[in-house]
Amino acid sequence: MTQIFAYIPFKNGNAEDVALEYPAAAEKIDPSASLTAVVTGTGPDVDAVAEEMTKTYKEVIKISHADLAYPNAELVRKALTDALPHDAVILVPHDTFGMDLAPGLSVKMDAAYAADIVDFEGIDSNALKMIRQELGGAVYTHVTSDISTGAVITIRPGSFAPTEAGSAGGTVIDKSSEVKDLAAKRKFLEVVVAEVGDVDITKSDVLVSVGRGIEDEENIELAQELAEAMGAVVSCSRPIVDAKWLEKSRQVGTSGQTVKPKVYLAMGISGSFQHLGGVKGNPFIVAVNKNPKAPIFQVADVGIVEDILEFIPELTEAIKSQ
Amino acid sequence: MEILVCVKRVPDTAENEFELNSAGNDLDRDDLVYSVNEWDNYAVEEAIQIVDNVGGSVTVVTVGDDESEEVLRREMAMGANNGVLLSDEAFEGSDGKGIAAILKAEIEKGKYDLILTGAQADEGAGQVGGMLAAMLDYPYASLVNKIEAVDDAVIKVGREIEGGNQEMNEIQLPSVLSIQTGINEPRYVGIRGIRKVASVDIPVKGAGDLGIDAAKVGDAGAKTKRVDYFVPDLGEGAEMLEGSTDEIIEKLIEKLKAKGGL
Ligand SMILES: Cc1cc2nc3c(=O)[nH]c(=O)nc-3n(C[C@H](O)[C@H](O)[C@H](O)COP(=O)(O)OP(=O)(O)OC[C@H]3O[C@@H](n4cnc5c(N)ncnc54)[C@H](O)[C@@H]3O)c2cc1C
Ligand SMILES: Cc1cc2nc3c(=O)[nH]c(=O)nc-3n(C[C@H](O)[C@H](O)[C@H](O)COP(=O)(O)OP(=O)(O)OC[C@H]3O[C@@H](n4cnc5c(N)ncnc54)[C@H](O)[C@@H]3O)c2cc1C
Repeated sequence: MTQIFAYIPFKNGNAEDVALEYPAAAEKIDPSASLTAVVTGTGPDVDAVAEEMTKTYKEVIKISHADLAYPNAELVRKALTDALPHDAVILVPHDTFGMDLAPGLSVKMDAAYAADIVDFEGIDSNALKMIRQELGGAVYTHVTSDISTGAVITIRPGSFAPTEAGSAGGTVIDKSSEVKDLAAKRKFLEVVVAEVGDVDITKSDVLVSVGRGIEDEENIELAQELAEAMGAVVSCSRPIVDAKWLEKSRQVGTSGQTVKPKVYLAMGISGSFQHLGGVKGNPFIVAVNKNPKAPIFQVADVGIVEDILEFIPELTEAIKSQ
Repeated sequence: MEILVCVKRVPDTAENEFELNSAGNDLDRDDLVYSVNEWDNYAVEEAIQIVDNVGGSVTVVTVGDDESEEVLRREMAMGANNGVLLSDEAFEGSDGKGIAAILKAEIEKGKYDLILTGAQADEGAGQVGGMLAAMLDYPYASLVNKIEAVDDAVIKVGREIEGGNQEMNEIQLPSVLSIQTGINEPRYVGIRGIRKVASVDIPVKGAGDLGIDAAKVGDAGAKTKRVDYFVPDLGEGAEMLEGSTDEIIEKLIEKLKAKGGL
C-alpha cells in the first residue's frame, strides 16, 4: 500500500492553505493510500498545529525540537530523513520553502523527484503519472516517477480543491526522539521585511499591470497615462522590477504583493503561476498580449491580441475622449 | 574565490510561440530560438562581481550537446574565465538527478568554493542546485538575492521568500546557491564580446572522462521521465475581442464600465 506523508508548513501557529489541499492530491495519487500529516517545529506552536491537523488527518506525525523553531530547510531535511520511511511518497508545497527543501530531501531519501505538480493521474505498477507545466505555463507535460523507492513531490499551491477541516479524529504520534543530530552548515539569522513603497497597489480597485511586453523603460509612461485616464494605479510583473523600471512595491505575485482589485488589466504579461498567485478575489481580468497562445488567456475574462505599445495609447485616447 | 556556475541552454520564452509537433507528443522544435536560461545570467553576473571584489576565477559548465557550446561562449563573453561542456550520448534522457550527478563528477575534479545555479530553468523544476548540494554534502540556499562575503570560510546570503521578504542566513563554504533574478543587473553582451571568445578552447568531457557509471545517469538512471507534451482541455478561457482596433476598444470600454473599471 502506498504511504503518503504531507509536510504541513505553518506560520504563527496557523497551518498554510496547502494543508487542506493535500487530501485531494493524495486521493488522486492512490485512493487506497494512507495519508499522514507531518509537522515540524517547537513549543506550543507545533503542538497546536499538530492538534489542528487531527481534524483533517487520521494520523499526524509531530517532530518537536528547539532547533526547528524556524523552518531551516537543511534541518527540516535531516529531521524528515530520520523520522520518515524512505520508500514513501512525501508531498511538499512548491513554494520558496519547498524549493529549498525538496530536491535535497529526494537525494537523501534516495527517492524519485517531481516538481510543481498540478495534477495526478494515478499509479500504474509503481509508475505514478503526473501533470506539470513547462516554459512558464506555455505547455503541459505528463511525467512519470518510479515510486518503488519512494518519491518526493512538490505540488503547486492552489491546484487541488481544499477539503473542509472535518472531524477525522486523528491521533498525534510524537517522533521527536527519532531525530538525531541537527548540526547544520547553514544558520538562519533573521527575516528582513520588504520595504514599503510610495504607492500601495493593494488598495486600488483597478490596476493597469505591465509585464515584459512593455519592452522598454520609457514605455512605462504609456501605462501611467492609461492608469491616470482610468483613475487606476500601475502595477507590474517581476521582470519589470528586476530591470529596476518600477519599484518592488508595485510587483504583483507570490514574491511581491497580493492584490484584490475589481478590475485587472494584464498588459504584456504571459501569466506565470507565480504572477497569478498574487491576483486574488476573482477580479475581472483583461489580458492584452500579442501572442494568441499566451497562458494568460486561459485565466482572463476578456482577451485581446494586440501589440500593447500601439494598443495602450489608443485606449488611453479613447477613454480621455469619452 | 573559485566559483563554478551551472548554465542551461533553453528555448527562449520571449522569442517563441510554442506549438506541438504533428504527432502531438513533443514540441515542434524545428524553428525554436534558444538562449541561456534567464536565471543563469544573473548567476554568472554575480560570480563575476564576487571575483572582481575578492579575486579568483569563474568557470561556467553545462550538460548538453554540441549546440550548448554557444551558451558557454556567451557567458565567457560576459566575463567568465573558463568553460566546460559535459556531453555524452549516455547523458541523454537524464532527469534532474542525472544532471546533478554529472555536474557533481565535474565538481569533484576541481576545487570550488562556491557553486551557483539558476533558481529554475525552462522546465520550472528548480531542482538541480538542491540535489547537487545534497549529493556533495554541501550546504544549500535557494532563491538567493544577496551574497556578502564574511571571510574565507563563511558567506551571508539573503533568500527571497514569500511577499518579497528576505531570509538572511550564514552559510559555510564550500556551498551551493541557486540565484534568483533581480540580484544584480546582468551586463550586456555585444557581438564584439562574443567574437573575442569565439576561438577560446572549450574542453568537452564525457562519462569516461568524469568516471561516471553510465547506468546511473541518462535514461537508464532516470526515475522521473517525461511522457509527452499535450494541450489540456481548459474550457473556454477568455472571451476574445475581435475586429478593428477601434471596435475592440469600443467593446472593451463597455465592459470596463460594466465592471467598475471606468
Ligand atoms: C520563486 C519565484 C517567485 C516569482 N515571483 C514572481 C512574482 O511575484 N511576480 C511575477 O510577476 N513573477 C514572479 N516570478 C517570475 C515568473 O516565473 C515569470 O518569469 C514572470 O512572471 C514573467 O513575467 P512576464 O509575464 O512579464 O514576462 P514574460 O513571461 O516574458 O511574458 C511577456 C509577455 O508579453 C508578451 N508581449 C511581448 N511583447 C508584447 C507587445 N509588444 N505587446 C503585447 N504583448 C507582448 C509576450 O507574448 C509574453 O506573453 C517568480 C519566479 C520564481 C522562480
Ligand atoms: C543532454 C540532455 C538530455 C535530456 N534528455 C531528456 C529526456 O530525454 N527527457 C526528459 O524529460 N528530460 C531530458 N532532459 C532534461 C533534463 O531532465 C533537465 O535538464 C533536468 O531535469 C534539469 O532541468 P530543469 O529545467 O529541471 O532545471 P532546474 O533544476 O529548474 O534548473 C536550475 C538550474 O540548474 C542548472 N542546470 C539545469 N540543467 C542544467 C544542465 N543541463 N547543465 C548545467 N546546469 C544545469 C542551471 O543552473 C539552472 O539554472 C535532458 C537534458 C539534457 C541536458
